Parts: sequence; structure tokens; C-alpha cells
Amino acid sequence: MKTLIISLKIFLFFTILTGILYPLFITGISQLIFPAKANGSLIVSNNKIIGSELIGQDFDSIIYFTSRPSAVAYNPLPSGGSNYGLTNKKLKETVSERKKQFIAFNQLDSLTEIPSEMLFASASGLDPHISFKAAMLQVDRIVKARNFNDFQKQKLLQCINKFTEEPQFLCFGEQRVNVLLLNLEIDKIK
Amino acid sequence: MTTIDVFQILLFIALIIGLTPILGNYMNKVFAGNKHFMLPVLGWLEKLCYKFIKVNPDEETNWKKYAIGLLMFNLIGFVFLFLIQIFQAYLPMNPAHLTNISWHSAFNTAVSFMTNTNWQGYAGETTMSYFVQMIGLTVQNFVSAATGIAVILAVIRGISRKSTDKIGNFWTDLCRSTIYVLLPLSILFSIVLVGQGMVQNFNAYETAHTLKGIDQTLPMGPAASQIAIKQLGTNGGGFFNANSAHPFENPTPFSNFLQILVIFLIPAALTYTYGKMVGSVRQGWCIFTAMLILFIAGLSISLYAEYSSNAVIGNLSHMEGKEVRFGVANSVLFSVVTTDASCGAVNAMHDSFSPLAGMVCIINMMLGEIIFGGVGAGLYGMVVFIILTVFIAGLMVGRTPEYLGKKIGAFEVQMAIIANLATSFAILVFTAWAAVSSYGLSGLNNAGPHGFSEILYAFTSAAGNNGSAFAGLNANTLFYNLSLGVVMLIGRFGVIIPVLAIAGSLAKKNITPSSVGTFRTDNWLFIGLLIGVILIVGGLTYFPALSLGPIIEHLLMNNGIIF
Amino acid sequence: MSTKQNKILFDKKILIEAAKESVKKLKPALLIKNPVIFIVAIGSVLTTIIVIAGIFNGNFSSFNLQIAIWLWFTVLFANFSEAIAEGRGKAQAESLRNSRTQTKARKLTANQEILVLATELKKGDVVICETGDVIPSDGEVIEGIASVDESAITGESAPVIRESGGDRSAVTGGTKVISDRILIRITTEQGNTFIDRMIALVEGAKRQKTPNEIALSILLSGLSIIFLLAVVTLPAFFGYSLNASGLPMSQNLKLPVLIALLVCLIPTTIGGLLSAIGISGMDRLIQRNVIATSGRAIEAAGDVDVLLLDKTGTITLGNRMATDFISGEGVSAEELADAAQFSSLSDETPEGRSIVILAKEKFNIRGREVHQLNATFIPFTAQSRMSGVDYIDDENKIHQIRKGSSEAIRSFVENNNGFYPKIIQDTVSELARQGATPLVVAEDNKVLGVIHLKDIVKGGIKQRFAELRKMGIKTVMITGDNTLTAAAIAAEAGVDDFMAEATPEDKLRRIREEQANGHLVGMIGDGTNDAPALAQADIGIAMNTGTQAAREAGNMVDLDSNPTKLIEVVEVGKQLLMTRGALTTFSIANDVAKYFAIIPAIAISLYAGKNGTGPLSALNIMNLGSPQSAILSAVIFNAIIIILLVPLALKGVRYKPVSANVALSRNLLIYGLGGLIAPFIGIKLIDILINF
Repeated sequence: MKTLIISLKIFLFFTILTGILYPLFITGISQLIFPAKANGSLIVSNNKIIGSELIGQDFDSIIYFTSRPSAVAYNPLPSGGSNYGLTNKKLKETVSERKKQFIAFNQLDSLTEIPSEMLFASASGLDPHISFKAAMLQVDRIVKARNFNDFQKQKLLQCINKFTEEPQFLCFGEQRVNVLLLNLEIDKIK
Repeated sequence: MTTIDVFQILLFIALIIGLTPILGNYMNKVFAGNKHFMLPVLGWLEKLCYKFIKVNPDEETNWKKYAIGLLMFNLIGFVFLFLIQIFQAYLPMNPAHLTNISWHSAFNTAVSFMTNTNWQGYAGETTMSYFVQMIGLTVQNFVSAATGIAVILAVIRGISRKSTDKIGNFWTDLCRSTIYVLLPLSILFSIVLVGQGMVQNFNAYETAHTLKGIDQTLPMGPAASQIAIKQLGTNGGGFFNANSAHPFENPTPFSNFLQILVIFLIPAALTYTYGKMVGSVRQGWCIFTAMLILFIAGLSISLYAEYSSNAVIGNLSHMEGKEVRFGVANSVLFSVVTTDASCGAVNAMHDSFSPLAGMVCIINMMLGEIIFGGVGAGLYGMVVFIILTVFIAGLMVGRTPEYLGKKIGAFEVQMAIIANLATSFAILVFTAWAAVSSYGLSGLNNAGPHGFSEILYAFTSAAGNNGSAFAGLNANTLFYNLSLGVVMLIGRFGVIIPVLAIAGSLAKKNITPSSVGTFRTDNWLFIGLLIGVILIVGGLTYFPALSLGPIIEHLLMNNGIIF
Repeated sequence: MSTKQNKILFDKKILIEAAKESVKKLKPALLIKNPVIFIVAIGSVLTTIIVIAGIFNGNFSSFNLQIAIWLWFTVLFANFSEAIAEGRGKAQAESLRNSRTQTKARKLTANQEILVLATELKKGDVVICETGDVIPSDGEVIEGIASVDESAITGESAPVIRESGGDRSAVTGGTKVISDRILIRITTEQGNTFIDRMIALVEGAKRQKTPNEIALSILLSGLSIIFLLAVVTLPAFFGYSLNASGLPMSQNLKLPVLIALLVCLIPTTIGGLLSAIGISGMDRLIQRNVIATSGRAIEAAGDVDVLLLDKTGTITLGNRMATDFISGEGVSAEELADAAQFSSLSDETPEGRSIVILAKEKFNIRGREVHQLNATFIPFTAQSRMSGVDYIDDENKIHQIRKGSSEAIRSFVENNNGFYPKIIQDTVSELARQGATPLVVAEDNKVLGVIHLKDIVKGGIKQRFAELRKMGIKTVMITGDNTLTAAAIAAEAGVDDFMAEATPEDKLRRIREEQANGHLVGMIGDGTNDAPALAQADIGIAMNTGTQAAREAGNMVDLDSNPTKLIEVVEVGKQLLMTRGALTTFSIANDVAKYFAIIPAIAISLYAGKNGTGPLSALNIMNLGSPQSAILSAVIFNAIIIILLVPLALKGVRYKPVSANVALSRNLLIYGLGGLIAPFIGIKLIDILINF
């Protein structure tokens, strides 16, 4: 009985400490020093939230760079991947389907090597990035769709370079391009 | 693999080796009740706690009372967490208006977080209110980790003391590990994570109007504070469904690297603390080395498997279920670390890994989560293996086997076997049940041997208190919620109780002074032996199951056969 | 029981007897004592039933029959190993029983002597034994002195003296009085006499499991349960796989195959040999003429890390040796040596002989025939405490040369009107102070000098102690000598520590201290005053010549009464534990190969392509002939390895006095690595034979 009372009390103590005070404390500090980040790195334009820098979006228009395939179609409720194993027929079928589609959509040579992230669905279904190579493969199609002249094409290429993030601190992770930020930027190309 | 990939892995290993003595030394001071630099900062909190619960922190108990306290405390945590889930809709801080949770899912989740498993049959962003995430789940993330530390402290005292039945005060151990270790590290880590872009707010879910012109609901919440302890406490339960693959839960490669690092941080440092507290730092390093070798072996196989081309997808890089910012190398590193350490957080979908990489995850968990393992749990699990190793091999030096001066007798062997048996029973029997029952098979996402691997993975993860999954398996069903819940309980308390009994029994024994006739447990020979026993005893039990799951799948895949 | 001759490991008679026994041991009540083998037995019964049922149903399977046969062999082989170990003990018990023929006892009641059967004697009865009588039961001499032939229990033909009072009063039933007459008080109830206990021990009848054996049994049972789980769940995993590969459920694993797999995985090798190892450990001890009261004691012997050793008899030869002649004033050393040698020529005591040898070594004084010199040898008596020689010189004058203790010679010289010089007195004191024994030599009324008699450390003992040190065992020398002497001898013998001027209480205290510090202490003793220490020590070996009290207090009795036995006992204990560990490791390591034989065999049809060979056949790295031969080979190997290892279980693994680390590395290489590799070769060979 004594143990029960102690257990109850200490549980209450920890609930207040780690369940209430700790998250509140962290929220307070975060809102103070990293308000934008703590609130989801939102991109706001004309008082409207366009999205989050971190969360990928689906693009099917020929004037935009397309994102990776997503098992949840970029709907974050809830996030997730396909969970197909390598010996799953559906995976093989989907991959060859996506390959055909990507080639056709971007009017590429059928022998073009497609970066694998464009063929495979991401883990979160919200991956905001594609590889530099995958972006470059889409340039001609966008230039054509937007009727860009050479100057504008140069600007487009500059945008890609601008939004290509090298491995963080030169050593962490992979080189990558944020699709949403890139698309927002090319909209500004006049 | 690129140079950067290799560099990141080497940097990770170097940092773990470097941080182990620093944190280990600090924890030794904390747990021995010595002076340390956090005492002036947080000492008042500890004192406040004792005053509130009216306990003398120096009054120690025998192992049975220690165990009863532990069980009672865990039971209360379970009941509370269960209740707030099934009444979630009536509770505050629920801006997304999430409904009450089904009783069996609530049971599963409550068991899961209490046992430090953090298996999730639900999707966080569409299921749990901020109230439950914070006041329920975050709290259990702390105290379940602290419970693990308390158990290993009891074991250490059992080994280092002689002729006593006292193995410590559970409340003191719980307090000190939470207040001086878990809390400060979590505060530090969560602020860094927010700095990398992780969300930390109480806002309602935001709706974005995308460039495509449709609405995208962006989930929000106090994520960073929970993610920090989720990684540090080897809990692994994600705030969001995609866990550490979710951009809000793991925004950058740097946040990813830190998340991997802190999974191993405390379990690795505890080996040093252990060495300090049993009176030989060398002993601690030997355990560390055995763990490190097993980790590197698993990592190597996994990297090999993930970077090999195969007959199904050719030489395409395996990006299914992986994020671009992490790439293959970081996803593999994360997967091996998280399954070694009973964390269970994932930054890639293990279900989509190549069969051998998936098998490495399964084996890591099957061996009993002792490759660094859960906070505290990994080390006490390792002690069970050490006892078995010492007993089997120790006889070969012509003496009654002894470990650190303690004679290993029938009782210790019996308890070690029970601890081992608990896990194997849970994994094998429940996997068998699910593999032949319609309610077990109905949750499968993949056909062929991979489907079997999904079931095997689920029960292995639950029994090892890992919590990661071959997530294709739909486990939010009555059958899986209940069976996995039971397996988690067996895997947790079926090990903790025998281990505490061992601690109690060892404490009563005298210490035999070591001599050249003593079986050494602090040299390479022993490290090799320990690894051998872990692999043979652990491996032999599961070889048939593995051969019908990932091994046969690997062979089939290489023949280009798909299902 | 002749233990001196080397026994042949496998006597034909014992083999036949053991073969019969192994069938008799198939009783469930006996089998259940060994859980691992019991599981095999259940498997054998089930498989047999399936075979028989198959015959009636018309689908007889020769494969199942072969499995059944080999499973039965596995059980029989395990029984056989135990039976053969017991059989060796039984042969010894037989000869013991013969010595305990239905003796008649001459019981003394109220001064009247009646003849009763020995078995009717009770504790406290008094019996008379005279020349030629067999002592009817264990007891204590309360009157008289006699020489007793104890060869029936010790195998030593030289008779020993038993007398009332003192440390040599215990007599053992079954031994024979060969001279004189003694009164004996019976101290033991019938059925519990020394011989009874010995018979029980060597037969292994009352054998209880030792602590380590219990722990090991638990480990083995635990592993068996784990493997049982692995096997019983396999049909479910298999069912899934059959389904996934589109095969009918009727192809699921059959019971005989599952049983075969289980039997191969559970540690049958060590399980089958465990009790044989224990019994033969006892046996090895008996071969060294040591009787342990329990198996526990032998095991504890392996754990002992402090040995208390009596100086005399263990470290030093019981006798002192002459090492120097120190002549008195006006006497040359040679003259002294000559006289000393002359007086010792007929002295057959070791001291006397050592004087003759020293004289020859130092001064080349040759041996002479005493009677040719008209000399008479005067032997040592308790009254005179001197020995010497009387001779008649050329002038027909009688001279008396005497050697003896300082006091005896002083009175001798003074009686002859001589005087005892101070310088002699000083030399004597100085030698005594060093712990040596001074022997003073005098001729008639003149003191010639002093012979320096010294304790001689046994040859090879130093090396023995060094070996013990290598094994991590500390040696402590116990002596009544003063510290200086003790230190000198301790240094010479190379013991780690010594206790000088030790009283029995000191010994007891020392043992308690060592134990409190976590040490396990072994000692050997004989006298009544050793009893408390013997009882307190973890290993207390009583000498057979010792008192009944000492024999009761210790947990072992050394029939040879040889103090160095303690070291051998430790070695036997260590060897016993090593053998268990080695075979356990071997047994577990074996499983790896068995998996590689059986798993590919049973899973051959799963996910098979058109050629009917499934992908898991890739694991068939031994390239075994057919699935059936693979399973059979594993089962046969599993059975045969038990028989092949019986000699090892009986002899014990090779033992060398080395450190734990070296011992471990060696045993690990042989039994760990060997256990991993051997079955791969063995199973492959058997498979080749089967498919020949």
C-alpha cells in the first residue's frame, strides 16, 4: 500500500515535470529563438500559407519540376511509404510504369538512366527533395512548356544551382534540390 | 558508397567511442550519489521529489521490494496512459478533434510506451492529441528509460557488493536518472532539433494552399520535446507516422546524424559507468568492444546488401522507402543503430529494404537487444549473456564459473535461462500463431517469404522492446494489438524480473579475489567468446525462422523470383 | 581393491555388464532424471509408434524406422556411458563387499564375551580383536596396541599400528588384526560404516547431483526447451511457406523429421555424458586412494584457491638430514665425522643413514662392518634418547660412542665424569634457533661435537608450488617451528605464505579469515585437534591413519595418508569441471553443422522451380546426398558422438597446471572450434557411407 502511494506520487511528479513543464519550457525557448522553424518553416505569400519548406508537394503540371513518387500522394495525414518489399511484384510493376511515364513526360530518350529516387516512393511520402540530376532531366521540358528563351533558361539553371543543397556542413547527407522552393523561384522568372 | 558516406560512419563511431567515457563518468558520479556539476543546478528538484513522495533516498531495499516498486510504478503509468487515450476526445489540447482510441489500440500503445518499446499500431498525426502525446507518451518516454537504467543499477550493485541483500532504492534511481541524465540531455537536444527545423508548438494543424491548387494539411505539435527523449531514451515512438523519415521529425541530414548518435549515446556510456561501478573500467570497455564489433558486423552486411545490385531491380540504387536528404548510407546506418539499440525509430521504411538488410534488423532484435541495446536494458540483457558465457566457458578453466568474483550458481543460470526463454517463447510461439491464422495473415502487405518476414519482424520487435516495424503489416487490429501487447510485456518484464533476481542473488554472495586461476572477462578472448555465445545461442534458436523468411527471400530475389 | 595397478579403461566384463545395464536403465523413472535424454526417449517412443502404425496402415517407411532405431541408440548410448562409469565403480565395490564377509564379532558384555554377527553390532558396543580377527566394524581402540592389515581398503600391504589414545586410534571394519590384542568401541551404526559408504560411493548409488551439475542441468534443460520451441513452431512457419509457394499442406513436416531435428539440436552429447563425467571424477579420486564423502567435495576441490599444508611430510621429508659436522674444541671435524659415522653404521633410521652418507661425502669415510670391529650397536630407546655403539679397542678397552639430544648427551657425559663444554652448548642453541636439530656426539666422557640435522625440502615440491601458483592457488605452510625457521623453509620450498608456531586454533582462525575474504580453503590433517579446522575448510582431507574425529570432520579421506594428496585432489576437481565445460561447449557448437544438414534437406521443395530444388538447397554446403540421408546422417552422428566421447568423459580432458587463460584458450580451440568443425566432417562421412 505504501508502495502504491509512493508510485502514484512519483508518477504525478514526473508527469508534471516531464509531461507539462518540460514541453512548455522547450516550446517557450523555441518560440523565442527559432519562431519560424518551431512553427513549421511555413512559406507565406499574400497572407496565405503556400506550404512548408520541409514538406514536399505534388506537382503534375508540365511547367513545374515534379517531386518524387509518394505512397500518400503528399497528403500528410498520415505520412508514410509504400512498404513494398523488393520481391513484391507491385514494386517492380510500379517502377517500370514510373520509368515509362517519366521518360514520356519529359520527352527523354528511352535509354536515359533515371535517378532512382524518381522511380521509388519515399519513406515519408512527403520528401521535399530530388537529386540534382533529376532536376536537370526536367529542364528541357519546363523550358519548352514555359517558352523560355536562352536567357530565361540560364536563369532557370541558376535557380537549380541556387536550390541545390550540398551535403550539410560538407559532410552530412546527400546533395539535393528542394522542389517546392525551386518551383516558387521559377515562377518569378520573367 | 561515397567518401562522405564512409566519413559519416567513421565519424559516428569515433564520436560514440569519444563520448562514452565522458558521459559514462558523469553518470557514475550521479548514480553513486557523488558530487557533480549538475547538482547545484538541479539538486533542488531531486530533493523536492523525495520530500513530495516522503522517501528517504538512502534507504535501500532487497530485490523483491525493488521489483515490486518497479512493477507498481509501471502499472500506474500503464493505467493512466490507457485511460487518457480512451477518453481523449473529452480532454483538452486536441485542436485536430481526434476521437477516442479503441480499447485494444489503447492497450497496445500503453503497454508499448510503458515497456520502452514504442511500437505504434497507429499513425501519430491522425490519432493522438497533443495532450496524449505530451502528458502520456512523453512522460513514458522518460520513465521507461529511467526504469531501464534503474534495473542495470541494481545489477551493478548486486555484482559489486558482497554479503548483503540490499540492491538499492528504486525511487532514488528513477529520480536521479530522470533529473540528471535524461532531462538535461533532452533539453539540450530538443533545442538543437528545433534549430534544424523541427516543429515545437501548440498550434492547430495548418492548411496550406499548394501551388497545384489543392489543400495540404500540415500537422503541428510539440514534436521536438518528444523526439529528443524518443531518441535519447531509445524509445523510438514517432510523433508522426513516418517517424524520423518525416521532414518535421527529422528535417536535415545533421538532425539525422544527431538522432543516430544519441540513440547509442546513453547505452554506450552506461558500459563505462558499469566498468567504473564494478571497479574495473576495462570490464566496461570489453563489453563496449563486443557490442561495437557486433554493430560493425551488422552494419557491414546491411551496407553490402543495400549497395548490391539484384535480379529484380538491377543496379538501381535502393531508394524505395528512403528519403533523398539521407540517401542509402544514412538510412542503413540508422536502421542498424535503431535495431541494435531497441530504439525503433526509423528514417527509412525497413519493409522495403533488401532481404539481408532487413534480416540484419531482425537479428539485431532477436539477439535480445544487447548491441548497446535499450537504455539500461541493453546492458542488463548483455549481463544475462555474460552469465551464460561465463557459465559455459568458465567451467573449462576448472573452477566453478565466476564473474567479477561472484560464483555463478544454479539460481543465476536458471534466471538467465528464463530471461532468454521469455524472449524466444514470445517471438516463436506468437509468430507461429500469426503465420497460420487468418487474422494474422490478413494484415500482410507483401506476399511470399517477405510476408512471413513482416510477421516475424513484428513479434521480434515487440519481444525485443524495439518498436520498429516492417510497417506494411497492418497491426492496428484486435489480434495484433493484443498479441503484440502481450509479447511486449513478456519481453520486458520476463527479462527484468529474472535479472533483478540475479542481482539480489549476486549481492548476497561473497567476492572471490581474482588470481591467475580466475576466468578473465576483460580480454580479447572473452570478447570473442561472448560474441560466439551470443551468435550461437541466439542464432541457433531462430535459424529455421530466418531461413524461411529473409534468407530464402534473398535467394529467391537473386533468382529474380517475385510475388 | 588393488588401486596401485593401472586399470584398463574398458574391461570386457565391464563392457558386457554395461551393455545390459543400459537396457535396464530404459525405465522412465530413471530416464526422467536426465531431462535431455528423456526428451530423446519420448521422441524414440513416438517415432516407434509411427513406424508400427505405418506397418498396419500399409505405408511402412524405412526412413522412419531408421530414425527410430538411431534415436533408441542415442538413448542407449547415453545409458551405456553412465553404466560403464558405474560399472567401473561396481567392480571395486565387489571386492570391498567380499572383504566384508559375514564376520563374527566377539562382543564384550559385563566382562563376558559373546559371539555375535558383525551386522548386529550397535554403536557403543565393545569388541575384542586378536591376531587373525577381522575387525567387525568401524571403531576406536580403547585398550591395547596392535598391528593391522588395512590392505582391504587401502591396497597397501604394509601393516599399520593402531593403539588406544592419541592420533592412531581409529580402526576400520573389514581390516585385519595381524598381531596383538585390542579392545574396540564401535563408533558407527551398521550400514553407515566406512566400507558401506565407500561401496555406496563407488557404485554411485547415492550419488547426488553437485551444485555445478545442477546448474549445468538447468542450462541444458533450458536450451532443450528453447530448441523445443524452435522445433514445434517450425510446422507453422513451414505451413506459411508451403502456402506461399503453392504447395499442399500435406507436404508439411512430419513428426519423425521434427523429432530428428529436435534430438539433433538439444545438447544430447553433454546430456548423455554428464553423469558419466561425475561418476568417473569420483572414480579418478578413488584411483588415487582418496575417498570423498560427496561429489560436491570433488567439485569444491577444483575451486580451492588457498591450500593449508603441514610442513612435515608435505613440504619437507618427515625426517631430518645431517648436513654438517661441527666439531668441539680440540677435535677435528674428521674425527667427529668418523665417530658419528661409526655410531650410525647400524642405525637404520633415516637420520642415521644420512650421517653415514654425509661422512662419506665430506671425508670419504667408508662403511665398516660393525660386528667385525667387535662393536655392538646400541639402538635408540625412549628412555635413553640416545643411540650409538660400544666397541672394544686394540687395548681391549670398552668405548662408548653416543649421539643424541643435547640433554641426553649432557647427562651421559656427566655420568662418565666428563664435562659439557659451553661452546657445544652455544652451538646447540644457535642451531636450534635456526630451526635445525642439533645432534650431539660424545665418546665416553668427551663431547666431540655437534651434527647439524636439517629439515630437507622434498625434491620437486618447489616446482609443484610454482604450478599451483600458475593455477592461481596460494599455498600456506603450517608449522610448529618458530618464525625464523619457518621463513627459511618457506623460502626454500617456495610457498606463498607460512604460519609459524601455529596452534590448531590459529589454523581455524586462518581458514575463517581466508573464507571471509572470499577464498576457498583446502587442508589436510590427521589429529583430533585438526578436526575443527578440517570441518571448517572447504576441502578437508583426513588421513586414514588419523583419528576417527578427524575422519568424520573432513569431507575426504586419504587412504595413503600422504599429505601431498591435497594437490592431486585439487587437480582431479579441476579436471572434472573442465571436462564438463569442454563437452558442453562441444555439444552446443555441434548444432551449427546439424542445421546446415537438416534445414536445406527439409526445405528443399519450398519455392522450388521446375527442377524441384528450392533455393534453400544453397545452404547444403556439405553437399549431402539426399534430404533423407542428410537427416539420417545428422541423427547418426548425434548418436555415435556420445559413444566416441565416452573415453574422454571417463578419463577427463587433458589436464595441465596452467593459468586460466591458457587453459581456456586451449580447451576452446579443441572443443569449441573442434565442436564446430567435427560434425561437418562426421556428417559428410556418414552421408557418403549411407549413399555408398
